[in-house]
Amino acid sequence: MAGNGSSAGTLARLRDRIARIEAGRGGGMPGRAALGHEEADAVLQGGLARGAVHEVFAEGRHSATASGFIAGLAQRICANRPLLWVRQDFSARESGALSMRGWRELGLDPCLLVTVHASDVESALRTAADALACDAFGAVVMEIWGETRLLDLVASRRLTLAAGGSGVTGLLLRVAATPLPSTAETRWIVRPARSPSCAAWQAWGSPVLETRLVRNRHGRTGQWIMEWKCDECLFRDVPFHGAQTYSQPVAAASADRPDRARVVALRRTG
Amino acid sequence: MMEKRFPRIVVAKQNNALVISALDDAAARIGLAVGLPLANARAICPEIDVFDADEIADGKTLSGIADWCDRFTPLVALDPPHGLLLDITGCAHLFGGEAALMNALCGALTRQGFVVSAAIAGTPACARALTRHAHGRIVAPGEEARAIAALPVFTLGADDAITRGLRRVGLKTIGDVAARGRHEIAARFGSAFTTLLEQALGQSDAPINPRKPLPDFIVEKRFAEPIATDGAIAMTLASLARTLIAAMEKQGKGARRLEAVFFRTDGAVRVIAVETGRPVTRGETIDRLFRERLDALADPLDPGFGFDLVRLSAVRTDLVIQEQRDLDTHVRDNDEVAALVDRLAARIGSHRVVVHLPQDTHIPERASVPMPAQQHLAAAMRAEWLERIEGEPPLRPLRLFAPPEPIEVTAMFPDGPPAQFKWRHRQCLIAHVEGPERIAMEWWNRCEQPLSPEPDDEFMRLHPPQGEVAVARADGSALTRDYFRAEDREGVRYWLYREGTYEREVQTFRWFLHGLFA
Repeated sequence: MAGNGSSAGTLARLRDRIARIEAGRGGGMPGRAALGHEEADAVLQGGLARGAVHEVFAEGRHSATASGFIAGLAQRICANRPLLWVRQDFSARESGALSMRGWRELGLDPCLLVTVHASDVESALRTAADALACDAFGAVVMEIWGETRLLDLVASRRLTLAAGGSGVTGLLLRVAATPLPSTAETRWIVRPARSPSCAAWQAWGSPVLETRLVRNRHGRTGQWIMEWKCDECLFRDVPFHGAQTYSQPVAAASADRPDRARVVALRRTG
Repeated sequence: MMEKRFPRIVVAKQNNALVISALDDAAARIGLAVGLPLANARAICPEIDVFDADEIADGKTLSGIADWCDRFTPLVALDPPHGLLLDITGCAHLFGGEAALMNALCGALTRQGFVVSAAIAGTPACARALTRHAHGRIVAPGEEARAIAALPVFTLGADDAITRGLRRVGLKTIGDVAARGRHEIAARFGSAFTTLLEQALGQSDAPINPRKPLPDFIVEKRFAEPIATDGAIAMTLASLARTLIAAMEKQGKGARRLEAVFFRTDGAVRVIAVETGRPVTRGETIDRLFRERLDALADPLDPGFGFDLVRLSAVRTDLVIQEQRDLDTHVRDNDEVAALVDRLAARIGSHRVVVHLPQDTHIPERASVPMPAQQHLAAAMRAEWLERIEGEPPLRPLRLFAPPEPIEVTAMFPDGPPAQFKWRHRQCLIAHVEGPERIAMEWWNRCEQPLSPEPDDEFMRLHPPQGEVAVARADGSALTRDYFRAEDREGVRYWLYREGTYEREVQTFRWFLHGLFA
């Protein structure tokens, strides 16, 4: 078919132009925030885009895991700028209120967190849209529990436009909800993963999550098991995950001890 | 054709008898009077309409009238049961003089169906005495004693016993009482009465106790033709805001709490207030805050037949310190955060926008306290939180249930770690468990009901039990908790606790799910 090559070239040029236009819109803090997880960052072309809306979905029982994931994302995106967390009253009843001690334990700073307790979805949406439109915060998290018709394509588009205009990132935490069409940049489905097996006295390590990137407007999707490193404040690949047993260094025979006996400090329980 | 109206009276219970507490003109004409028992009144005229007195409704009406009177002066005090005191110092000229002000006030109230008796004098006590006998008097400064000399003593408003006593000794008018030596009166009727007398005579003054604190700045706009449309209201507020800002700027002040008062032509008054986290110095900000507030009202502003007076007052102001902005963007960010917080608070209420402040306690649910962001933003940004321990996994959950949710737990042995539990109709099998971590309640904060040690136990008396035992309470609110961190087969991480220590505090355990880890 004649002209096929030239039309493909035109299409490529147009795509390139659109990409340029879209990239040019973001003000404030443009660019991408790397998660720290190498494969995920590669798929996301350097990290999560700022000045866009990202969605995280989780089942009702996994709300805390999803909260942890989104708190981690917010930390990576904000980088010492304040964070606004908008939640519905119902959500606190269903999945518990955010605990600042727990927030601190994840390596995050409660000083930079402002929480809005919205009475319903409508008020939460309006608050989030307002906060996204002005660049006071580094990111705005909106937590909505259950299905809602208010968060349709129009509402989602409004949030995306507000985020694009100000460069503030919107993070949407949707617990116990089915994904609807939206204009979000990425969509994640998060569930907890089992801790790597370890000694009986060592119940677990840092939070481990199974993340599925099910939608990515500008790239591939993927699925990873990540670990949130509380001290470094980044996501990492989980070593040895899935292995039922793995070897640990043990003290060699007493005659010749090239490897000194590792003193395993018992972790305090309180 | 008008229906024939019977005389109307209001009765209230006094000393176990129903007596007349108020009546209308028709009732007065047939010889009824306040204080007459209802039985006597019925004997005089069987055809009367009787109503029960409702003091609460009276009080509401009086405070409604007081709201309306705010249009004349910001200093309005209640003088129960039927009076209002207005301090019109410096306000009269705005209405064309004292007489014109009184005419306007009485005329408007009469049109609304009230019977008014008013007087203007140098002291509240003097004016009050005049209203009870001579409506419409205006007493020039210094003339108080002469003006009230001829009034009967009951107009002073002293106790009934004092009034009766004065009459019994032949002192019928205030002039008679004033002519006696002050010490004689004080010896018989008490010093409180002489103070009242001196105030009435203008020899001493007591300030009135206004219902609302005097705002620092007030601007208002009156309309010959009442306004009712949203656009007109918004424009009025915007222009008032500009005037207010100009007035505050001269003194270097910014508004912390603003009130817009809308006076409706039919007498209803609506007050709408907004608070800000830091002093507002821009007219546009005020305008915007009020727009947010008006949009979010649950019962919208009802103009009825229109507002004839709109007032904007800065109830609380702060000195504005003009700071030199440096190149550090941090300062600018905080300003923007504060501005956004103010806007959100104006719309959804300041208690819904919160920051978190750390508390010095180890009780998990009290470790942080949410405070309104408007007032505590700066404090929260500087707050110092407990450092986490390097290399440890999270020791506290990210989400806490308030209150903790009861669960059914199966444990290997009574005070052992949980093996499985049922939460929200779901069975969770535990794969890993770590604990217990014992958290005792703060016995030093809760000594309201200490259990007394057994008197015959010498050891217990010498060594009172530490902490948890001394404060164990029947409702379980102060029981020791043993916390476990547990992970189920799926990987969900729970924070569970067992309430009470076995045999010291409880005989059977109750288990709760307190939080979820990320």
